[in-house]
Amino acid sequence: MNDLSNVIEITTATHPGMVRSHNEDSISADAATGLAVLADGMGGYNAGEVASGIAVAMISAELKKALAAANGELDAAAVERLVGEHAVRANNAIFQAAQNQAQYAGMGTTLVVALWHDNSLVVGHIGDSRLYRFRDNKLEQVTRDHSLLQEQIDSGLITKAQARHSQNKNLVTRAVGIDPEVETEVHSYPVQAGDIYLLCSDGLNDMVTDEDMELTLASLQANLPLAAAQLVQQANDNGGRDNVSVILARVLKSFPARSGLVDRLKSWFR
Amino acid sequence: MAKLILSLEGSMIREVALDKERIMIGRKPSNEIQIENLAVSGEHACIVTILNDSFLEDMGSTNGTLVNGNPIKKHILQNNDVIEIGKYKLKYVAEAPAAGHGNEDFEKTMILRAPSKAAAAAPKPANEPAPPPKPSTPPPTPRSVPPPAKPAEPAPASASASVPAPAPAAVAPAKPADAQPLAAVQILSGPSAGKELDLVKNLTTLGKPGLQVAVITRRPQGYFITHVEGAKFPIINGKMIDAQAQPLQDHDVIELAGVKMEFFVKQ
Repeated sequence: MNDLSNVIEITTATHPGMVRSHNEDSISADAATGLAVLADGMGGYNAGEVASGIAVAMISAELKKALAAANGELDAAAVERLVGEHAVRANNAIFQAAQNQAQYAGMGTTLVVALWHDNSLVVGHIGDSRLYRFRDNKLEQVTRDHSLLQEQIDSGLITKAQARHSQNKNLVTRAVGIDPEVETEVHSYPVQAGDIYLLCSDGLNDMVTDEDMELTLASLQANLPLAAAQLVQQANDNGGRDNVSVILARVLKSFPARSGLVDRLKSWFR
Repeated sequence: MAKLILSLEGSMIREVALDKERIMIGRKPSNEIQIENLAVSGEHACIVTILNDSFLEDMGSTNGTLVNGNPIKKHILQNNDVIEIGKYKLKYVAEAPAAGHGNEDFEKTMILRAPSKAAAAAPKPANEPAPPPKPSTPPPTPRSVPPPAKPAEPAPASASASVPAPAPAAVAPAKPADAQPLAAVQILSGPSAGKELDLVKNLTTLGKPGLQVAVITRRPQGYFITHVEGAKFPIINGKMIDAQAQPLQDHDVIELAGVKMEFFVKQ
């Protein structure tokens, strides 16, 4: 398996916000594997933390194992499948835990998984946690929320500008661990050196406009940890009504998958 | 339940609860809110309510629909919005927040699921209210579905996460930073000496990329300077700062990439 620690620079920040007493978000990032996972849990008492914790721990550990076992010999479709499969496994684990333990009943979580592989980025998501791409000083939202609000925007009922004032921001139409089955939305995108990817929970994008996120990344791209801290701070300065989590990942150079033995032999004689 | 208060020249005529998905306003008797006045079109406007949101749409009326004095075609209603149709005013009053029960659960992310799927899933836990679909809020699109109905009594804390808490008002990202007085930086040395830079954005970077960069952030608490990149850290009033954000006071002198500049508050 390729070690991407010299290729991808990752930084994370998470904060309970200014209103909530505990943080139901879970995050994990591993530059060597090229994997970032973020989940925003929901459910009574601490069940939200449990759900997001299970999702992040399972997916990051098991995807890492699966990638190591495959030894880099995976095409894009196989990686996409892998991401979908592991989201389903996390769904089953959370659903089972919720069934078996009364205090976890009804818990669930959103999920966004980013996996860098062979010069592309595989993104899987469920719910309203997002992935953005910052390229050429422009910030672009890559994932589309599975939420009532997004459906209202899609159906033309309201505009994106009006959506900022909606009272229905917090209703997701898909989540991990709620039902016995879940569909993960998985896509691949070509990656360019210099791209910065932003994974966040809705505590960021509900409190900070896309324009302010773009300005922050444009101003502070030289210092990724500061940019992440600044994004969290802005969410809190604007009210911090929800837990806020941010993962920033910068791609430093291209990362083709390690070629097979034959290719490597050939390259020696070239 | 949100409601409209219909009034004419300051005197209230009646209250209308927004208890239907679609409420028509117009001159014809078929409208839920009938206003018999020639300035009002037959079918003048309509209000579509989905969960906690109400959308006002002008139905192509002859004389138009105003909200808070501005003509609209489509508008998402906010608490205390005043709709004007002809000489009549309709004040929109959003649902009151649940008394006693804290707003802790307000805005918590919740799953919106199909009732059939819910039934297919496991039995409901005892501490959650049964989720019969709310007949008054039909789905806005074929794919989305109404959430579980609210219990009649305020929900106990344990069940509240499964119930959409009534929100007192929509919370659009606030802009408290805008309340800060405008500040600026004036260059004191180097080729650009005398130049002034207004700090109009929440973030303003200073310095030379690749050599030394610092950022001035505008926050509700004031202005702060933070080191961004470079081996050297900025010097404020002759003292080098560390990696932490440093609050800026009026007339602080900043030294950055060999250039001196002064921070000052404009009035």
